Amino acid sequence: MVDFEPKIIYFICKWCTSAGADLAGTSRMEYNPFGVPIRFFCSSRLDPQHILWAFKNGADGVFVGGCHPGDCHYQDGNYKTRRRILLLKRILPQFGIDDARLRLEWISAAEGKKFTQLVDKFTDQIKSLGPLNLKSLEV
Amino acid sequence: MEKLIIDGIETEPDPSKTVLEVAQELGIHIPTLCYHRSLSPYGACRICTVEIIWRGRSRLRTACTYPAWEGEVKTNSEPVRGARKLLLELMLAEAPASVEIQELAREYGVEQSRFKVGDEKKDNRCIQCGLCVRMCEDVMGVSALGHKNRGYRRSVTTPFDRESDVCTTCGACEFICPTGAITVKQITDRPVTRIASEFELGLKERPCIYVPFPQAVPNKPVIDRDHCMFFQNDACRICEAVCQPQAIDYKQEEKIVDEEVGAIVVATGYELFPLEQIGEYGSGRYKNVITGLQFERLLSASGPTAGEVRRPSDWAIPKEVVFVSCVGSREPELYKPYCSKICCMYTLKHAMLYKHRVPDGQPYVFYIDVRAGGKGYEEFYQRGIEEDGVLYLRGKVSKIFEEDGKVVVWGVDTLTGKKVEIAADMAVLASAIVPSEDAKELANKLKMAIDEHGFMTEAHPKLRPVESLTFAVYLAGCAQAPKDIPEAVAQASGAASKVVALFSEEELHHEPTIATVDEDLCSGCGVCVSVCPYDAREHDPEKHVAKVNEVLCEGCGSCIAACPSSACQLVNFKDCQIFEMLKAAMSEKGS
Repeated sequence: MVDFEPKIIYFICKWCTSAGADLAGTSRMEYNPFGVPIRFFCSSRLDPQHILWAFKNGADGVFVGGCHPGDCHYQDGNYKTRRRILLLKRILPQFGIDDARLRLEWISAAEGKKFTQLVDKFTDQIKSLGPLNLKSLEV
Repeated sequence: MEKLIIDGIETEPDPSKTVLEVAQELGIHIPTLCYHRSLSPYGACRICTVEIIWRGRSRLRTACTYPAWEGEVKTNSEPVRGARKLLLELMLAEAPASVEIQELAREYGVEQSRFKVGDEKKDNRCIQCGLCVRMCEDVMGVSALGHKNRGYRRSVTTPFDRESDVCTTCGACEFICPTGAITVKQITDRPVTRIASEFELGLKERPCIYVPFPQAVPNKPVIDRDHCMFFQNDACRICEAVCQPQAIDYKQEEKIVDEEVGAIVVATGYELFPLEQIGEYGSGRYKNVITGLQFERLLSASGPTAGEVRRPSDWAIPKEVVFVSCVGSREPELYKPYCSKICCMYTLKHAMLYKHRVPDGQPYVFYIDVRAGGKGYEEFYQRGIEEDGVLYLRGKVSKIFEEDGKVVVWGVDTLTGKKVEIAADMAVLASAIVPSEDAKELANKLKMAIDEHGFMTEAHPKLRPVESLTFAVYLAGCAQAPKDIPEAVAQASGAASKVVALFSEEELHHEPTIATVDEDLCSGCGVCVSVCPYDAREHDPEKHVAKVNEVLCEGCGSCIAACPSSACQLVNFKDCQIFEMLKAAMSEKGS
């Protein structure tokens, strides 16, 4: 049997998490390949619509990475993200989506290692949750 | 009007001043013992006696009390020298143990006093000038000291000869005494706090008013308010009295200066990993276990020992010195995992300089690896071993402790596999470099990233090593990572060039990615105005729509996500573009 290869979307901010991911790359660190990163200027650019759209169209997990609280390049964008993601997490179960499929983390530009660790952890989590398959629920 | 002539120099008479003050202004030296600028003249020691000639009459008067009237003053004539000689003979009999009086007496050709020195005065150094008593009472406002008895039995003491309970241990008596006759310990049993010099890393004391370090910019003294007697007890003000240009201003406050700048270079430097945290090396308890930076001060010609290598406990010349590298560095289990980079070379330099200053001494260096990776560094290392006989022992030091006045170092030589014990006179630890204490707060303010150890993160580890992720903020030196002087200079030059390149452009470039408003869709609800961190958003009262100030907008996109009617979009980063990216991501091979 072929292992379940989850589809994960990483919404990461340019200044911290993306730079952290770059650091992981330049440092030749290894991490799970089942994901596609989409780089935003700020995690606060992320509209909950984007996440819902991703889930609806085949994503098994969505990972949002921003700067540490207080470190946001745009002063307080990550606080807005935190509020939005918290609200969204409460709504997700109503769509039949386990809120564990959405994860928000703070990863700084210096935390390449943390990035790889969190990616691996999140991938394992999505693997254990199995495929989402929202399409099958459609009436 | 007649003139005042001092030693042939004509000057204007000024009865508001004393002859001594006028002479000092003219640069004429008159010896003094009981005189101090912060106290009113007293005329106790009489050593400032000068010859005053007025209307043909010659008289001997003390310069510190005599007003600068017209007439002629001779400060070093035969009668003056004769009078001073007699005074010194008397003082020599009173205070035979005072080195200062002996030296002054020798200047006047007095070797032995004709007067009888009693056995009870054999160790006396006090000349009863009363400076300490006046200082304590008049300047410090304390009166812990006074005179007792009269005549040859007169002496300075505390009331009832008891330990004083009013003494503030300010030390002014000790400071002012011209013959070194009094110490605070004789007055009170209260603990005396000596202020350790920050620049000398505790190897030397400093007064409450001091120039922070020899090359300080500006090279001006500062007052330590926490210890200054004026700020603590509203007393003293000696510095104010002594400063001739009257530059002392107690009202000066620290102030925050606002400057608008176009770029910032962060060069906050480093600190040393605190020895207190390393228990096996004595937690900083042992005086003769010091850091490399302290040893640097011992080697310095302007340092506490004027460049002689002496150990701090008894200032003896150490004959065996153990240098330990990688103290706190390269120890991921307990302390810092990284290499502090500069220690190998400075430890070697210290060992060599020690050997040059103390040719019969033996330096030992415990090391894990010698990282001499720089231009000429390896050759320097070879020279240290071959020419200067620095003994390198490959292994870590397990314990350092003091025993019988020696610093005992336990280690291992991993090349021979043998345990090593060295009973040295002193140990010098190459402590790890850690970021300066406030680096984190500064990084937060400048929106810079810092790594797990607190060093500032560069924009790219290989391609943008002098820039931070924040626009127009650059990095130099150990703020970014441990580095030696050539590297720090190179990085700083790079940062400076980046600043120059930025400033030389006619116009500043701005990311084209900024927010726009579709006025047909905008309902003017104002949510975007409230979320904008840059005040780049405002409400147009005429059209009832939101506006974007294109210069202020940084393009974070907060407002776009907040807009309930999709009227806001980010140029080149529209929702439809994000959905396209998502579509492409979904269609990739995978699930």
